[in-house]
Amino acid sequence: MKLTLRVWRQRHADADGAMSTYEVDGISADMSFLEMLDTLNEELILKGDDPVAFDHDCREGICGACSLVINGDAHGPERTTTCQLHMRSFRDGDTIDVEPWRASAFPVVKDLVVDRSAFDRIIQAGGYVTAPTGAAPEAHATPVPKPDADFAFEHAECIGCGACVAACPNGSASLFTSSKVNHLNVLPQGAPERETRVLDMVAQMDEEGFGGCTLAGECATACPKGIPLMSITGMNKEWLRATRKAGKR
Amino acid sequence: MTSEFARYTTGEPVADTKAPGGPVNERWDTRRFDAKLVNPANRRKHTVIVVGTGLAGGSAGATLAEQGYHVVQFCYQDSPRRAHSIAAQGGINAAKNYRNDGDSVHRLFYDTVKGGDFRARESNVHRLAQISVEIIDQCVAQGVPFAREYGGLLDTRSFGGVQVSRTFYARGQTGQQLLLGAYQALSRQIAAGNIEMHARTEMLDLIVVGGRARGIVARDLITGRIDTYYADAVVLATGGYGNVFYLSTNAMNSNATAVWRAHRRGAYFANPCFTQIHPTCIPRTGEHQSKLTLMSESLRNDGRIWVPKAKGDDRPANEIPEDERDYYLERVYPAFGNLVPRDIASRAAKNVCDEGRGVGPGGQGVYLDFADAIARMGREAVEAKYGNLFDMYQRITDEDPYTVPMRIYPAVHYTMGGLWVDYDLQTTVPGLFAIGEANFSDHGANRLGASALMQGLADGYFVLPSTINDYLARNPHRAGDDEVNDEHPAVQEVIADTEDRLRLLLAVDGDRTPDSFHRELGELMWEFCGMARTEAGLRKALERIPQIREEFWRRIKVPGTGEEFNQSLEKANRIVDYLELAELMCLDALHREESCGGHFREESQTPDGEAARRDEEFSYAAAWEFTGTGDAPVLHKEDLVFEYVHPTQRSYA
Repeated sequence: MKLTLRVWRQRHADADGAMSTYEVDGISADMSFLEMLDTLNEELILKGDDPVAFDHDCREGICGACSLVINGDAHGPERTTTCQLHMRSFRDGDTIDVEPWRASAFPVVKDLVVDRSAFDRIIQAGGYVTAPTGAAPEAHATPVPKPDADFAFEHAECIGCGACVAACPNGSASLFTSSKVNHLNVLPQGAPERETRVLDMVAQMDEEGFGGCTLAGECATACPKGIPLMSITGMNKEWLRATRKAGKR
Repeated sequence: MTSEFARYTTGEPVADTKAPGGPVNERWDTRRFDAKLVNPANRRKHTVIVVGTGLAGGSAGATLAEQGYHVVQFCYQDSPRRAHSIAAQGGINAAKNYRNDGDSVHRLFYDTVKGGDFRARESNVHRLAQISVEIIDQCVAQGVPFAREYGGLLDTRSFGGVQVSRTFYARGQTGQQLLLGAYQALSRQIAAGNIEMHARTEMLDLIVVGGRARGIVARDLITGRIDTYYADAVVLATGGYGNVFYLSTNAMNSNATAVWRAHRRGAYFANPCFTQIHPTCIPRTGEHQSKLTLMSESLRNDGRIWVPKAKGDDRPANEIPEDERDYYLERVYPAFGNLVPRDIASRAAKNVCDEGRGVGPGGQGVYLDFADAIARMGREAVEAKYGNLFDMYQRITDEDPYTVPMRIYPAVHYTMGGLWVDYDLQTTVPGLFAIGEANFSDHGANRLGASALMQGLADGYFVLPSTINDYLARNPHRAGDDEVNDEHPAVQEVIADTEDRLRLLLAVDGDRTPDSFHRELGELMWEFCGMARTEAGLRKALERIPQIREEFWRRIKVPGTGEEFNQSLEKANRIVDYLELAELMCLDALHREESCGGHFREESQTPDGEAARRDEEFSYAAAWEFTGTGDAPVLHKEDLVFEYVHPTQRSYA
């Protein structure tokens, strides 16, 4: 098929950006969206133009690197990552807009590449269990009820891509943060740091310049891993509980 | 015609001087007791560079920082959470014997040595099996959400090449969960100020001063700035080199630059021809294909592999009656059936396709059928066990594996070869360590499923943090004459080399893209150094590679400049190293005139087509020494001694 692409081009963080238009031809329905962009880039290189920069790595939907807003939707029309989106979701002659994640906490690095290090700093604030190597008890010493283990897993599936932030009208990182809070706070191993974890992570999230949550729900719709919106409710409950407990101390 | 490169010479044998003797189950304790320790108060005076943040690098960085060392860590990704360990699906082995099914440390040791077709060191493999149980404890303590039974205890499943159920898993995302555990431990240390983390920074060379590894040269991928970083020891945890083949299950940016640059600076490269072709990957669809996707080996627990009995049978799978199907693994290997090791399953698939019985486009595929499993367990149970894998398959192929059998074909997945290391995981360059897939140590000629995660974490959490003490204690940091800095002539040379190479790549301004060269090299390697290798084919590849290299430097086109975010430059720079490493892989495959594990030489097979080892001539690890680009390398042999697992022809029938 033949497509018209309108792609955000921006040379570096401080440069002005604009949409540029490109035509691509000979696109097969079996190609992934990124393979379609590879095709465009091969042509651009041979013409001596600067190829379009975009983040990608595993191309299996698990590393969380790829991050495109396609026709206004984070990761495009299907509920998956951009790398797992295939061209069979488009029709011959379509015009497709391709933009980077848009959020003030995710500044553009170049073209479609953004800086998501704010996510790392949220994890650094408390998204872990303090368990230095070597100090672990026997794995079966503490059974974990299966529903709790499954709940933890469901939230631990977050790939840290940032689609939730890109989709949110407020640019909030609540779904990202809540997925880690829920994953660790439900487990007995995460219990000792339950309060400090949620308070510190939420504080860091605010400090990074992410917007507040108004439960618009766009995040959960865009999440390629299906982290539920209720995750945020869970985080809010944990935060309230921790705040009240801190007040009593 | 023999290429210049193929006229290699044989040098002194290489010996593992750190491996202690004595009973195999006491060696790790012996080594840990004999090793010198660094006083906890002195550790913060030592800087250790760790390159890579996958399972091995992430766990090593976190643990070294916990011990009090000052860690400077690097990854090319935008975050240390994304390394390709994250894509491992199936699970991690551990000899816990929770199933009471006869498992033990000794059985895991035995299975791994046998699975590796007797080309791994007994000492290392035994240590790996011992540590396996501690890894599970460690990961559970970190909050890794492993699959559990209703009683709240951990669930396990079976994997290829073994008859016990010792694989712990987190649905089809075990690698992701283990990596996030390591990443979170790493994050805690970054927040504590014990790790200086450099994301989007790629190591381009190793700094060796006075015969010791003292730092690296790295490029900031955003600004293009080239910087030097110094340390008392350097740890490479940069993964494997499967991307030499262009199409593989590796991440797009996984590369061999760090290990190859280290090799050029003196580290021997061992068994480069030992590559693993994974049997269950999604077949390619066309020229545009940029990478291949693996379907977890765990699918072979319940899926049945078959092809039509007749050649050229192009009826849809569901219309082929039961008695016209050939469940060839179950037929040839009744004891292990669909769970034979990877090398055997891959070669069997290739054989049936070569016979003209392959399915799907181009006949490059075999069926992996879940109809029986769905009838036996019900669709819901299959969905609970494999749901995410089925979804992934459907997304990529647009076919529903619940109703139509999956089509699979082998693809390059893992490299058993890597930098030669001793028992301490130290390379032949003092102060340079290699861990995880980057080293060659534990899997011999074939890795068993769910053992890569085990090895990466064993190296990173437990082995390296213990053995590196000995090196640091014996080479204490001394201010003054021991200082290295940018003015040192050896350092200046490395910086100049790096800058020259990047400048040259940008200056050629030819008419071919980096990808076009990478694809050409990959196709050559897949054809001649892939699942089956012959002397004639390997010689042809050895002739062809220098020609591609020459053409590369004449016709490569890299747009933009070096002082900016430039993904084409990153790619082209990695291909330079692939073009040298590929040559060594072919030479290693040519010189090893036996078949073993993933290395199958057509000239060396049993009457029924299995790999025929030639122990009397080839029971050694081949460690290669670099002498110059395109120049014949020197082979150093490390003899392998088997005291506990007697080498036999592997049998899975």
